[in-house]
Amino acid sequence: MMRQRVLVLYLANSALDSPVIAWASYDGTGARRPMAGDQDAPPYSTGVHALQDGWRLFQASTLAPPLPGQELAVSYLKYEFWFEQLGEVAR
Amino acid sequence: MSHLLGARDMARFVARGFLRFDAVVPDAINRAFLSESVPEAAPGTPLANVYPHGSALARLLALPLVQGALESLLGPAPAFDHHYKHENPAASPEQRARGGPTSQHTHQDSSIDVQRGFDVQLMYYPHDVTRDMGPTRFVPGTHLRTVNELSLARYQNIAGQQHLVCPAGTLLFLHHGIWHGGGANQSATARTMFKIRMTPTSPQVRRFDVPTLSLTAVSRPIFVPRPDEPESVESILLGVEPWFEHDTAQLEWMARIALWRHLIGHPDWDVDYWLTRLHNPARR
Repeated sequence: MMRQRVLVLYLANSALDSPVIAWASYDGTGARRPMAGDQDAPPYSTGVHALQDGWRLFQASTLAPPLPGQELAVSYLKYEFWFEQLGEVAR
Repeated sequence: MSHLLGARDMARFVARGFLRFDAVVPDAINRAFLSESVPEAAPGTPLANVYPHGSALARLLALPLVQGALESLLGPAPAFDHHYKHENPAASPEQRARGGPTSQHTHQDSSIDVQRGFDVQLMYYPHDVTRDMGPTRFVPGTHLRTVNELSLARYQNIAGQQHLVCPAGTLLFLHHGIWHGGGANQSATARTMFKIRMTPTSPQVRRFDVPTLSLTAVSRPIFVPRPDEPESVESILLGVEPWFEHDTAQLEWMARIALWRHLIGHPDWDVDYWLTRLHNPARR
C-alpha cells in the first residue's frame, strides 16, 4: 500500500535552484517521525537537488506584492516549495 | 561598578534577539529553586513584589548581572507579565514504545504584537542541560518578524537554529518575538526551565550604559566586504543570519536600525544610509 511523503523546502529566493534556508517533512508511510528541531543541516542544498533525488514538486508559493504600508515589514518565510514522493506503508 | 549592558551587547540583542550568560546563577540558588514552590502573581504586578524576599527567584533577580541586563533592556521597575515552570519529563516507557516523545512546534509567544518596544523573557536553567534532554531551540534574528504564535509551526528546522545545551545556572534573555520551541526529551532525566516575562513601565530609551555609545551616524561604501573590521555597533546591526532570504536581509537591517534609533533616542541615526535613503525628503 502506497502513502505520501511530503518535503517542504524554504529557499533563499523564488528560484528553485536557490539555497535551502529552512525545511520540514511529513511521512504518511509511518516509517519516519520527523519533528521540529530534528535536523540542523538541510536535506538538500537547493530545490533542484530534491528534484534530482526523485522528489516531485507539486506546489510553489506565489510572488505577492507587499501590502500598502507594509513594504518594509518582515514576516513569514516567502519562498515555500512542496514536494512529494510515494512510499510503501511501513510494517 | 555598573552592570548595565554596553552598547555592543545592546546591539547584539537588537540584532539577534537574545543574550546568553552561562553558569551565572550560583549553585545555592539553583538548588533552592528546584525545591521551592513558585507564587502566583497577576500580570502588571511590579516585578519587585512577585517573589518573596529571600526566595531563590528573588535572589536570582537581585544578581547584579540580572539587575543590569533588565534595567538596560526594560528600564527601571519593570512589571511582571507571567511566568511558567516548564517541566519536560523524561520519556516514559509508553512513549519509548511509540518512538519517543515529540518536540514542541516552533512558535512565537503570545499574540501578534506590532509595538516598537519589547518585553523580555528570561529563561532560567537551574541544572545542566544536555542535547538529549531536548533543550530549548531558538532561531537567532527572528524576533522582529511580525507573525502570530503557532502559525509558523510548519517550520520544523531553520538554518542557524540553536539548541540551548548549557551548564546549570544559565540565563537566556530573549526578545519576546523570537521563534523558539522545546525539544524532545530523549533522556532518562526531566528537564526544568523557568520563564519569566517582564514588560517595561517607562520608555526603553537610553537605559543601557550610554557612555559606551557613539551617536555618530556611519555611512560607508556599501556592498564592500570588511572581513577584518573590528566589531562595532554598526557591524553587529548589519550581521547576517544563515536563514536570511536574499531579499530580506536589508529589510532586517532596516528593522534593527529603526529599533536602535528608538533605544538610543536618536531618530536620524543610521548605518550606511539604509533608512536615510528611504526617507530622502527630495523624493517625496
